[in-house]
Amino acid sequence: MNMATAIAQPVERENYLNKEYGVWSWLLTTDHKRIALLYLGSITFFFFIGGFFALLIRLELLTPAGDLVQADTYNKLFSMHGIVMVFFFLVPSIPAVLGNFLVPMMIGAKDLAFPRINLLSWYLYIIGGGMMVHCMLTGGVDTGWTFYAPFSTNFSNTKVVEAGLAVFVAGFSSILTGLNFVVTIHRMRAPGMTWSRLPLFIWAHYATSIIQLLGTPVLAITLTLVVAERALHLGIFDPKLGGDPVLFQHLFWFYSHPAVYIMILPAMGVVTEIIACFSRKRIFGYSFVAFSSIAIAVFGFLVWAHHMFVAGTSVYAALVFSSLSYAVAVPSAIKVFNWTATLYKGSIHYDAPMLYAFGFLGLFTIGGLTGLFLAALGIDVHVTDTYFVVAHFHYIMVGGAVMGYLGGMHFWWPKISGRLYPEGWARLAALIVFIGFNLTFFPQFLLGYMGMPRRYYDYSHMPEFQVLNVLSTAGATVLGVGYLLPMVYFLWSMRYGKPAPYNPWNAAGLEWQTTSPPTTFNFDEEPVVTWEAYNYEELDAPQKEVPVAK
Amino acid sequence: MARNVDALYIFLLIVTGMMTLLIFICLAYFAARFRYRPGVPAEQIEGSTPLEITWSTIPFLIFMVIFAWGAVVYFKERTPPTDSTEVYVVAKQWMWKLEHAEGQREINELHVPVGRDVKLIMTSQDVIHSFYIPAFRIKQDVLPGRYTVEWFRATKPGVYHLFCAEYCGTQHSGMVGSIIVQEPAQYEAWMNGGSGGPLSATGEKIFAELGCVTCHRTDAQGRGPNLQGVFGKPVQLEDGRTVTADENYLRECILDPGAKRVKGFQPIMPTFQGLVSEEQVNALVAYIKSISTSKPGDAGKASASAAQSRSGKEIQVQ
Repeated sequence: MNMATAIAQPVERENYLNKEYGVWSWLLTTDHKRIALLYLGSITFFFFIGGFFALLIRLELLTPAGDLVQADTYNKLFSMHGIVMVFFFLVPSIPAVLGNFLVPMMIGAKDLAFPRINLLSWYLYIIGGGMMVHCMLTGGVDTGWTFYAPFSTNFSNTKVVEAGLAVFVAGFSSILTGLNFVVTIHRMRAPGMTWSRLPLFIWAHYATSIIQLLGTPVLAITLTLVVAERALHLGIFDPKLGGDPVLFQHLFWFYSHPAVYIMILPAMGVVTEIIACFSRKRIFGYSFVAFSSIAIAVFGFLVWAHHMFVAGTSVYAALVFSSLSYAVAVPSAIKVFNWTATLYKGSIHYDAPMLYAFGFLGLFTIGGLTGLFLAALGIDVHVTDTYFVVAHFHYIMVGGAVMGYLGGMHFWWPKISGRLYPEGWARLAALIVFIGFNLTFFPQFLLGYMGMPRRYYDYSHMPEFQVLNVLSTAGATVLGVGYLLPMVYFLWSMRYGKPAPYNPWNAAGLEWQTTSPPTTFNFDEEPVVTWEAYNYEELDAPQKEVPVAK
Repeated sequence: MARNVDALYIFLLIVTGMMTLLIFICLAYFAARFRYRPGVPAEQIEGSTPLEITWSTIPFLIFMVIFAWGAVVYFKERTPPTDSTEVYVVAKQWMWKLEHAEGQREINELHVPVGRDVKLIMTSQDVIHSFYIPAFRIKQDVLPGRYTVEWFRATKPGVYHLFCAEYCGTQHSGMVGSIIVQEPAQYEAWMNGGSGGPLSATGEKIFAELGCVTCHRTDAQGRGPNLQGVFGKPVQLEDGRTVTADENYLRECILDPGAKRVKGFQPIMPTFQGLVSEEQVNALVAYIKSISTSKPGDAGKASASAAQSRSGKEIQVQ
């Protein structure tokens, strides 16, 4: 973008990265930005582990017969792919990295409300992650990420207890992050930063935090019950002892459906910031976008049983949950329409973050609209537990959440690292990810409607499914390259990238008004906010001093 | 059934296709038309409440049409016709055991005649499975400890995939089979190819062997309720509730007799949990159903006989 007018600051200026050196300055830090980087390193580690499992899964499915790994190994691969990607990558991804880094800066605060609790949350994540790695190295788990009873409680011979406890511990890290954000957003906004002036990224994180606070304890209870049932045979889920296996599904989805919104809402927040910046416009319908986040968080708690239309629940329950699922689709639709309308009469730039945002829009739209198929009771009966569902939730969680995450990483990388990433490579990577993603997951919609069940290791009874599976595997290879590229050039740029100015995108938002990288307490003076979010008109006005808080 | 689902599916493809197209065309047009040009600043627009209301209401109304249509299809899928042929299904890691009301047993294969409604009464011996026939667009989880039901009517002879759709352990992907749909004549020939007698007869034998018959007598003197004509009727319970005596209730009474005890009877029946196999429970249920209807699985006459038993001898349990 040619509008970057601010001057690059001298490299030696003190900032949060060069203030202290040494392992302990990182491991004992209470700086939200350093903790964000600790999270960045750890979730990247888990992302590539989960991705490696995904690649093995796709390789196995290249041929109909089960020939690459054993059946049990395959079952462990998809289970651990799901557990790692959901609990150790997607749930923490944007909130714990970008949220941690940006929430205080965007509202003009020095840090989060509870810096030590923030560090504790990272340690809990690491302990949970360590337990998960130990579980994987000593045999793994084969229940699927869903831990369905009574398979998990009475039948599986794998390390269910250890995996359950690992997720249990990591869950508390998520609760503490949510708690910290809620308190910070309520109590630590800079003078003049009213609720209606908050960036929509903050609104999205506020809604996410509410879900983390209210939903995650239910997951903890559910996993505790699984562990207790497995160890003590209490008869909670075991019908032989008077229990009910469907109860497990109610408890599990009461968290795990809202958890989808933990993953997608922050990505929506990221995309909102990017679209505003690269079309140089205020967001169309600010308050509708803000309140649709809250509406998603609230309605998201009322639709869990739409995962259970064939599970043995009553017809009437199914009717209620189907109609509520359509209700939760409305706020998502509102967001998509408002983003589209924001482009209208904009002045649109096509830098890498915007390419990711466009990718997000396309993939999230497809993911959302295929959700309408699954919420339609008559169709859900056919396509649930098939590759149709697999494709649908990957469009939301990978096409949506991961595109948003990558878009955000590119957008804020100059602020985080103080360096510019190579723009050409970044655009290429965005294109590769988009193509690879569609090639991987679009064929799975077709497979699903043809009837291929998910979690099948061997499909030699139905060789007609092979062509689409080969396409999907080919796509996964492309996608893998697309995900490796950013990691390589981000690392490269940390050493060789051009130093970043304060505000390389000439973007609105307090985080762009301090140095890149920022100092430990973010701002030299507490900013006073007198403008609305997305004041691009002022920013782009010729010969006018941009309000700088510094 | 498949046709109903596909019709809705095609409707949805058209509707969502149009929505996608609308959004993508707007995105592409705006992206091209409003790309950055030096000296042409963006025009700031605050928003528009009428527009917001429009694009919330119209999708919502479309969603409600989809919901209603989906619900209608689902209701049909979940309500088996009363005169269906019945097949009992027992799922276990990793096979399907099927038993026709007429007594034929099959494993991982189900023979059915073309054009007849078939009702599957299903339970699992271990974990949750799911009985999925993609060609018929039906799927239902099969749970341990209770019955679930699904039904279909095959319209074309042929061999169709049967899959387990709920992950159930190591050989989940091996838990597959075939639905073999035959012309009625062929099917009759297959049917006559040997069987141990109807399932209800097996049930009657077990009923006698286990001594059920000593309490559940057909006169008013038994220590347990008379079971003739009980199936499908409301039963008043000791705790004041009223339940319908469906397959699940009969099953529960055999395995957990204390849970829903009939009013006026002592809690003296022992549990048969662990003493009878799933197949034996099925046979007992089939037998109890057979003494409530004139012929098992033949509800055309069944409703008549049910009416008869209502007017004739009032069942003891009431």
